[in-house]
Amino acid sequence: MSTPALTLARRKSLMLIPVYGMLVFFAIITLIPFAWLLCAAFKSNTDFFSSLFLPTGDGFLGVDWGRLTLGNFKKLFTEIGIGNAIMNSVFLASTMALIATFCSALGGYALAKFRFPGRDWVLALVFGALVIPGPLLLAPGYKLIYQLGLLDTYAGLILPAIAPAFGIFLFRQAMMNAVPTTLIESARIDGAGEIRIFFTIVLPLVRPMIGAYLMITFLGTWNNFIGPQIIMQSSDLFPLSVAINQLRGLYGVDYGMIMAGTLVSIAPVLSLFLLLQKEFIAGLTAGAVKG
Amino acid sequence: MKPYRAEPKWIPWLFLSPFLVTITVFLAWPLVQSMLMSFQQTYGPKTSSWVGFANFKFLLSDPLFWKALRNTALFACGSVFIQLPLSLGLALLLNRPGLRGRAFFRLIFFAPSLVGLVFVGLLFGLMFEKRSGLVNTLLHAMFASFNPEFAWLQEYVMPSLIIAALWLYVGFNMVYFLAALQNVPEELMEAASLDGAGPWQRFRHVVLPEILPVVSFVTLLSLLGSFQLFELPFILLGGPGPDNRGLTIVMYLYQTGFVTGDLGYASAIGWMLAFILGSFALVHRLWLKKEEAS
Repeated sequence: MSTPALTLARRKSLMLIPVYGMLVFFAIITLIPFAWLLCAAFKSNTDFFSSLFLPTGDGFLGVDWGRLTLGNFKKLFTEIGIGNAIMNSVFLASTMALIATFCSALGGYALAKFRFPGRDWVLALVFGALVIPGPLLLAPGYKLIYQLGLLDTYAGLILPAIAPAFGIFLFRQAMMNAVPTTLIESARIDGAGEIRIFFTIVLPLVRPMIGAYLMITFLGTWNNFIGPQIIMQSSDLFPLSVAINQLRGLYGVDYGMIMAGTLVSIAPVLSLFLLLQKEFIAGLTAGAVKG
Repeated sequence: MKPYRAEPKWIPWLFLSPFLVTITVFLAWPLVQSMLMSFQQTYGPKTSSWVGFANFKFLLSDPLFWKALRNTALFACGSVFIQLPLSLGLALLLNRPGLRGRAFFRLIFFAPSLVGLVFVGLLFGLMFEKRSGLVNTLLHAMFASFNPEFAWLQEYVMPSLIIAALWLYVGFNMVYFLAALQNVPEELMEAASLDGAGPWQRFRHVVLPEILPVVSFVTLLSLLGSFQLFELPFILLGGPGPDNRGLTIVMYLYQTGFVTGDLGYASAIGWMLAFILGSFALVHRLWLKKEEAS
């Protein structure tokens, strides 16, 4: 009786086998560079050239585990002082994430839930700002930062990006979908002030967007290179992206150490993402797919 | 009903003030400056002189700019014609009904896009090394005839950049395609199957029209991103590469503005880039309008 259905189900799952095969193949290709990086970071310079992944020997799994070394990391932290660059990156990325998310939520809320003369005009400004290509602002932006006396300061990096149009746009979308206007109105009837409404009613309702946008900004700042490369001049203020690239100029042949530095730079953001990937991807695709 | 207390009129303006102040100071003002600067020759941020349209005239006959434009366009072709089909293919695989481990695979494919361009540049720079690099060693191990001295970063600059970008962005675009595919109504697919449509016909006539807005959006983003390529070749090749084969428009802008110190000429390059990107966006808009109308 139920056999035809069963065989159909079985045939369907059999048909998925080549799909799994291809997915596993692409997954391995994707993971190989990570694996190579991880191995290279723990190898001495001689082993870097003599073995592809891990040095072979008679240890567990045919690997000579004893030859692996923490030397690259020791050198990074003691001789190069990479700890300083890590602290700079953590400071810059978290400050930017917090400020930009807060200001974007404020602006997005104003555009989503208030009627006021000039609103359409501001909205046009947001869309206009979205289409300006960043490189166009490199030369005049540098000149402006110079004129403001902000070259070689974090203020020169942070101030221009405290309320990005992209964030305002994303939060406006989120507020329109997730914040019922009646809720705000009844809070007003109850006598709540606008600022209190924003903090106690509006912000909790867009918590997923807050998480996603915190991550988007954190990641963007962490990986930003051209901004600090142009604006920062003192090497003790360099974030990781600029500091690691300098390493290559100064220690170009020390491959193991460069890979260790790269690993140190990408590990924190990768693990952060592993924890929060669902929110992050939902935030990324929210603007594109629903619209 | 008792009328509730009217909101103070200035509240929305207060909430928008960080945006309005920064957009005026750090976007509108530099834009005006950039317009003015593109008619000047400058030596660093301090001194400048008016040159009229000379920057733009020179730009149009500047062989280095045309080389940069050609390189950048080549890279963009790689993104649109290799990267996007691969992303869509992966998304289609992941969207198969009954598939287990979808979130797991999505996580793996997406992971490279979290790695900053600087770090991808450093990693792939070493992976493309002649003898010790991963790419040549692996290829030599798989195909004995493959020459382990194959000089990726000297002879095959653009393919190297396109490959590195593939690793970085395929999963990123896939996430958008997958989200779009998951919005295709189940009933549509079933109806098409009942009508006897094969997999290709279902894709061509049911799935593709449904996801076309997202496909066109991702294509536009990919084009805009490709034309702003800078960090990847800058780090991977340590500069424009042999014979300027890795020179891109933004790298040329960076070099003229911040190495040579001519911010005026750099601004002219910036406006040229904005013009190119603007025309892509315009074509996309017109196409969308036509689609909606039909």
